[in-house]
Order: sequence, then C-alpha cells, then structure tokens
Amino acid sequence: MTTSPAPGAPPVLSAQALTKTYGSGQSRFEALRGVSLDVRRGESLAIVGKSGSGKSTLMHLLALLDRPTAGAVEIDGEDAASAPVKRINRLRNERFGFVFQQFFLTAQQSVLENVTLPLLVAGVAPRERTHRGMAVLESLGLADKAKNKANDLSGGQKQRVVIARALINEPDVIFADEPTGNLDTATGGQVEDLLFGLQRERGITLVVVTHDDDLAARCDRRVTIADGLIVEGAGR
Amino acid sequence: MRTADVITNATRNAFRSKLRTTLTVLSLFVGAFTLTLTTALGAGVNDYVTKQVATISTGDVLIVTPAASTDTTEGPDAYDPDGRQQSAQANPLGAGTLLNDDDLDAMRDMDGVDRVEPVRQIAVDWVAPSGGADDERYELDVNPTSSIGRSDLVAGDQLDQEADEAQIVLPEDYLDALGFADAESAIGEKVELGYTDAAQADQAIEAEVVGVARTSLLAAGAGVNQSLTDTIAEAQAIPGQPDAYVVAVATLAGTGDDGAVTASDVDDVKAQLADADLAGQTVEDQLGVIQTVINGIIGVLSAFSVIALLAASFGIVNTLLMSVQERTREIGLMKAMGMSNGKVFSLFSLEAVVIGFLGSAIGALAAIGLGSAISTALSAGPLADLPGLTILLFDPVNVVVVILVIMLVAFLSGVLPARRAARQDPIDSLRYE
Repeated sequence: MTTSPAPGAPPVLSAQALTKTYGSGQSRFEALRGVSLDVRRGESLAIVGKSGSGKSTLMHLLALLDRPTAGAVEIDGEDAASAPVKRINRLRNERFGFVFQQFFLTAQQSVLENVTLPLLVAGVAPRERTHRGMAVLESLGLADKAKNKANDLSGGQKQRVVIARALINEPDVIFADEPTGNLDTATGGQVEDLLFGLQRERGITLVVVTHDDDLAARCDRRVTIADGLIVEGAGR
Repeated sequence: MRTADVITNATRNAFRSKLRTTLTVLSLFVGAFTLTLTTALGAGVNDYVTKQVATISTGDVLIVTPAASTDTTEGPDAYDPDGRQQSAQANPLGAGTLLNDDDLDAMRDMDGVDRVEPVRQIAVDWVAPSGGADDERYELDVNPTSSIGRSDLVAGDQLDQEADEAQIVLPEDYLDALGFADAESAIGEKVELGYTDAAQADQAIEAEVVGVARTSLLAAGAGVNQSLTDTIAEAQAIPGQPDAYVVAVATLAGTGDDGAVTASDVDDVKAQLADADLAGQTVEDQLGVIQTVINGIIGVLSAFSVIALLAASFGIVNTLLMSVQERTREIGLMKAMGMSNGKVFSLFSLEAVVIGFLGSAIGALAAIGLGSAISTALSAGPLADLPGLTILLFDPVNVVVVILVIMLVAFLSGVLPARRAARQDPIDSLRYE
C-alpha cells in the first residue's frame, strides 16, 4: 500500500542541471555534466551505471553529503544545495537514512548503541534513545542482539542493523549505496526484501545505487548514468 | 548531540585503546607529579618564611638605621662634634654609623610614630630557676630583636613592652633544664637571670616567664621585654660613654581601623625618616629578598616540569592523531548523519582533556601521597631542627591550578587533531580504507 503523493505536491527530491567538477586545470574532471532528476515520494529508484560513471557522485549530491559545482537540489521544493550548513546537517539527520555497502558499524560498541547513533547526533535523551532503538530492533527481529557487540554479528545481521540505524529517525528517504554488495545471494535477497518491504509498508522513498541488474529491476524506476549524464530513464 | 553525551562519549573513546591512552597518561603523570612537588616545595618554604616573618614582626614597626651616606662631595667630610658616632666594629644590621639620642628624639617627634626604642645588645650570663643553686645555671642568649616582634608561642602570652615588670619568653628547650614539667606550668613562674655589670660585678635579676616559644629560624634565644632590657643595658653601659645605638625600633601609630597600621602609614614615616637622614625598613622589606630568591629557585625547578609537560603534550597530539586516523570512517558516518563540525571538534578535544585530567589527577595524587611521606620523614630526621617547617605543603588551590593548567595544555594539544577530525569530508572519510 504505497502512500501516493498528493496531487501537485513537489517531488521529495529534485535535482536540476547538477554539475560536479573535481580538480582544476589539467587534472580537471567532470563527474556530473548537467543531471536533472525528480524522485517522487514513496517510489524506489535505482541509479545504475559503471564505476566512474558518476552515479555515486549523484547520490552524494542528492543526499546533501556534497555540494554541486552548479545546479540545485530541492527537498520538498526547498532549495537545499545553498542552505546553511546547520540546516543541511539537520535535513540529513531528520529526513535521510543511509545504508552503505561497508556496514560502518563501530565494532566495539553494542548493536543498540550503533543503531541509536543518529539519535545521539540529534541530541535525543538517553532513555528515549534506548526505547526507540529497542522498538526498531524488535521490528527487524534483532531485539535479542541488542546487547551484543556489533563485531559478533554475521554479515546479513550487520546489514539489518545498518538498516535499523537508517530507520531509527523515521526518515523520508533511505539512500542505499550497493546495499547487497558485501552479501551472498541469499542474504542479499533477504536484505532486498526488507528494504522493499519498508518502501511498500511505510512509504519510505528508496534511492539505491547499484550495478546489480537484478536489484535495479526490483525498483519502480531506474536511471542509468554514463560519463556524468543520464542516458536512460530521467523520467521528466 | 547533547553536551552530556559528548562528555560521556569522549571519555569512553579515551579508553578504547587502553594501552595507548595509558602511555600518554603516564607521560602527563610525570609532568603533573613534578609540577605538584615543586609548587608544594615553594609553598612549604614560603609558608615557613612567612611564619618566621610573623614571629619577629608585629607589622607596625620600622627598623631604623642611619641612612647610607649619599654625600657626593669630594674629599673627606669635615668633623662635626655633635654628629653621629662611627661604630668600632661592623654590624650586619646597620651601616658603620651609629644612631645618637638626637636621632631618637627626632623620630619621636615624627607624625605617626608611637614609640621609639633603641635596640640594645645585652649580655646575660646564665638563667636559673628562682633561688636555684649554682649547678642549675644554664647559658642563655637574648634575642636583641625580641622587643620588635612576636614569638611563635607554645604557651602563654607575648611580651608586654610597656610593662614595668621584667618579663621573659623562654625557648621551649629550656623547660626541662629549668625544672618545668611542661610549657603551661612555666607560665607565671619566676626565673633568675645573671649578668655582669660594667664594673665586672655579678648581678642577678628575677623575671616572670610570660610565654614559651618554639625555636625559630630567625628569632633565636630568649625574648625579654623593654623593662628588663633597660635594666641590664643601663647596668652594662660603660659610665661616661655617650649613648649610641646600631638600630632603633620605631613602633607606629596606625590610622586604619582599630589603630591598624596601613601601608600608607608606613610610607609616611619612611618618608619622614628619609628627610631626617635615616632609613626605615619593615621586617617584611628585609625578608622580601629571601622570598625572591626562594621563588626564583622554585621557578627554575618548575620550568623543568613544564619541559616534561611539553614533551607529554606532543604525546597527546600523536595519540589523538592516531585516534582520528583510526576513527576516520566513524567520523564520516557521524558527519553524514548530520553531526556538526563543532561537535566533532569538541568530541576529540574533550578526549584530550579527559586524558589530561587523568594524567594530572593521578600525578597530583601520587605527588601528594609520596610528598607527604617524604615531608614527614624529613621533619622527623634532617629537618627536625626547624620546627614548624613543612617542606612540601600541598595547598588545595595550587593542586587544582596544576590540574587545570595540565588540562588546558591537553586541550591545546588536542586542537590540531580535533580540527583535522572536524574538517574531514564525510564522503572521503566513508571511502577511506
């Protein structure tokens, strides 16, 4: 039951004529050369392309992890690329969740501490952090692992912890960078099921960067990036 | 991120690599330990000198000597039959020139001077219990400055300089010899003092014991009041010799609350003395030199511990740089989750402060423990002759200042690594292998 966006509502993410250039002079490299893209609320979008195509750069710009050289990124119609740093930090903290190929779990900390990291950053009180952390772990069937060290989990469990961490602040958009890249086919499949289940059931918008065709095929829409341009499926 | 969370996390992070943190804490420990000891040494010695100054000064007296000659005319001075006499022998307290009665009168006329008494050297041959036999006589030194100061009393009262009765403050170590059970029982008892007058005849005088004094570095011997001094000095004065004194003591009348002598009172009288070709110094003036020397020595010792701290601070920089390096991805992740540069900076600089606190607190505690033991051992052994001296005095304020200074040093050492962490680009950090 996908929550359909209200008619006329602005797309949750909108990129307009994004360019991103690294370096200067001889070593100047254009990672993106004018990409425009709308991401509608509640949809799942796959960004595919070969490595070096600029798909990761596009995701970083959409996720406000980086600022474009030119062009604009709008969140719900609000220009974010030129917003002050503080505002961008808050947007990332409250609206986005991140799932990376490498899990980026802090090995010595407990599963619960890893999961509640976004709440720690947001300044939520310890009691509420524990409460919400346990709720999320419960919903992903990881409640019994809460006290375990993150290092003691299997790959699939780790990626579920990462998804729990991405979910804890109830984000609008989850950015997943090669979410199954480090997992075997069976575990990867379970993680995919989990992500698409969240998209369907909670209406969370999913932006997946991958070069896995099977994963891309499960998304509502796919855009293909090559040499810093969208070559297929811009959708607008 | 809440401030409380920043502190908790910084503390936990400091203990993530226990061996590395322990080694850094140890290097700070050395600096904190030494610095605590040197400041304690300075405080102990200065405290002792201050106490000693207090024992010989009531704060309202000036020690007056003739001013050093400032005559710049060439050739020898013309003889003035009414002028001051020259001393036959050098005296460490004054110049070669002696004070005469005219000088004393001039001082008595000055504004703000209450009393003027010349310091007279008197020689007492023996002291004995009242009515004691010949074999109960003991030699006794009389402290010539006892009229200007107070004694560090074990029991009894200070001397009454204006009393008509002869009074004496006995040193503590005379109690046994004179047959007193303890200090309290000696108060109010009489002792007999023997001296030789100008005609070489043996004389004796009774004096009341008003106080018993601790042995002091700067005020050795018994203290006697003005009445007793005058009696003996007159008997010992060579007949026909004009009165001349090495030093005189001017007691000031204060203008402050309850007749307290203020700094400006002292300055006024000093100025008047200078006009009369005399020089006045408070006891504090004379002992200020000693304290300056002590502070200089302590300063040099402290400089060595500061060098140790400097070395330790590089240790902190190194430790934290490694810590930042190891946690690159974690920093990137937290920044991706919206943690501000400022919070990342505080997280790492606080980690440095935690290390600094650990090193300094443990170092200071160890210094206090070991120092107190050494101090006690020294007081019982080699320094037993200086009662009242605590060679290492751990003033809580000093210890807290040392700890705070080291925490500040740690914070400053943490600035470079913390800035590096704060400035990391989240994307680069997440790509970092």
